[in-house]
Amino acid sequence: MQQIIKQIKSRKYRKTKRLNRSRTGDITLFLILALFGVFSAFPLIMTASNAFKPLDELFLFPPRLLPRNITFDNFRDLSELISNSWIPFSRYFFNTIMITVLGTVGHVLIASMCAYPLAKYKFPGRNLIFTLVVYSLMFAPQVTATPNYIIVSRLGLVDNPAAIILPAIASSLGLYLMKQFMQQIPDELIDCAKIDGASEYRIFFQIVMPLVKPAWLTLIILLFQRLWITDGGSFIFSEELKPVSYALRQIAQGTIERAGTIAAVSFIMMIVPVTFFIFSQAKIVETFSHSGMK
Amino acid sequence: MEAKLNMKTKRKFLWKEIKKNKHNYILMAPYVILFMTFTIVPVFMSLGISFTYYNLLESPRFIGLDNYTNLLLNDDVFVIAIKNTLILAVVTGPVSYMLAFVFAWLINELKPKLRAFMTLIFYAPSISGNAFLIWLLIFSGDVHGYANAFLLKMGIVDNPILWLKDPTYMLGVIILVQLWLSLGVSFLAFIAGLQSVDKTLYEAGAIDGIRNRWQELWFITLPSMKPQLLFGAVMQITTSLAIAEVSMQLVGFPSIQYAGHTIVTHLIDYGSTRFNLGYASAIATLLFIIMMSANLFVRSILRKVGE
Repeated sequence: MQQIIKQIKSRKYRKTKRLNRSRTGDITLFLILALFGVFSAFPLIMTASNAFKPLDELFLFPPRLLPRNITFDNFRDLSELISNSWIPFSRYFFNTIMITVLGTVGHVLIASMCAYPLAKYKFPGRNLIFTLVVYSLMFAPQVTATPNYIIVSRLGLVDNPAAIILPAIASSLGLYLMKQFMQQIPDELIDCAKIDGASEYRIFFQIVMPLVKPAWLTLIILLFQRLWITDGGSFIFSEELKPVSYALRQIAQGTIERAGTIAAVSFIMMIVPVTFFIFSQAKIVETFSHSGMK
Repeated sequence: MEAKLNMKTKRKFLWKEIKKNKHNYILMAPYVILFMTFTIVPVFMSLGISFTYYNLLESPRFIGLDNYTNLLLNDDVFVIAIKNTLILAVVTGPVSYMLAFVFAWLINELKPKLRAFMTLIFYAPSISGNAFLIWLLIFSGDVHGYANAFLLKMGIVDNPILWLKDPTYMLGVIILVQLWLSLGVSFLAFIAGLQSVDKTLYEAGAIDGIRNRWQELWFITLPSMKPQLLFGAVMQITTSLAIAEVSMQLVGFPSIQYAGHTIVTHLIDYGSTRFNLGYASAIATLLFIIMMSANLFVRSILRKVGE
């Protein structure tokens, strides 16, 4: 905030003044932005700092933004709490990581394979498929939960991570964004490769795929955040196949004394996707500039 | 005779086209098979099952419109669920849509480094997994909850408020948390859209007599971002009508007096808890109709912006 005010005050700013911007307007609007920024960041900062607070500091009011005595007790309590059950906590993490990695990699690959023809060629059935994809963005996956359960059980996939992974791979938002992004690849590039005698598959894997790396990152973060917090739903009932999120829910059902442990797990669950986003933000935003709909 | 011949050549031509595009179909096959299996077929299955009594153990029994009549006429809880869903959607949908746009618009004026930082701050809640559980601590019903501690200290209340157990406050808390979580995909789309608006349009606008940022927003920025605005609307509408997770985790499932009950939690109740799949499918089909019509309606309005 101070930086903005300094910016506004500096003469350099005045010299390079942008068109149609009044200074009072700037200040008011940025105050609003700062206020909501605090609202947005406060719970996340509290989650992070609570994970490292001893229990007595957790319930101080006003809450301390940063812990006075940094402690790893919460993480220790967490592992104790869960190792008391007959499944070690690492097992839950392994399950989550496996579901997330397989689902994300599969989604990027399979959705891109489908997006390329949709973006670059005209052939019978193309419009039908893309229209279905756009319409499927208009209803939430919960709508199809019941029939999905029946399909999964008929395929014999109940209590198998594939029951979570396969539907996630077919997520339509990723395909939609990838197709929109691929449309901006110049046709000449593909034609050139064809003249050089490259096969369609080679063109896709060696020319198109490297060019759409920004879109990969977007598809990864979208699917990652969805799979990372999956609790297995009604698809997975064996304790040793359950993901972390399920274990967290069991702990969270305890009352307020568990606040420290909850914060510890929340912190672990939060830090991974957020870190990923920090490093890939520019590329992800680039992908979304092609997200427009007609 | 001629028409018949035409049909024949047409079919031949189509077959030729399909053969020529063989590689395209092969590339698309894995996705299309999964997409059909888990997204398109289930919509029709749901419609079919909604006319039956089905509990997964016995084979489905056709019962006509019974599920729908029960749902709409005899199920008091469903009425509450619809009411709550509509309140949540009507508040969180448009508000989050506008917030996403306004913040993206303000952030767009910042220097790149600060812009990246603010984008992270607003987007982070939506990808932070279970971090919204911190709101359990903020709205905890005892004197230790941050909200209560604050109000008690300020002398605004004498007794701690049971935020998550008192039906008067439950919907409000869900709305607040849902808004906090809602700057997601559409927010990113708006940021990207604003960055790709042609800068020369602004200079031209200034010469043509645009005097302030509001005029600029209305006459230049919004019309140039129409595709992103449409995309964002679809995302926001779909999410706001499907609120369930936040409600279940914060106020419980089922919630006290069903004050946090939504169409989706009702669906989960019948589908996953009671295994009355026919009834759950009827709920799902109604939800599908509500979501599609809300989307198509808003889309037809937004398409007219600036025309």
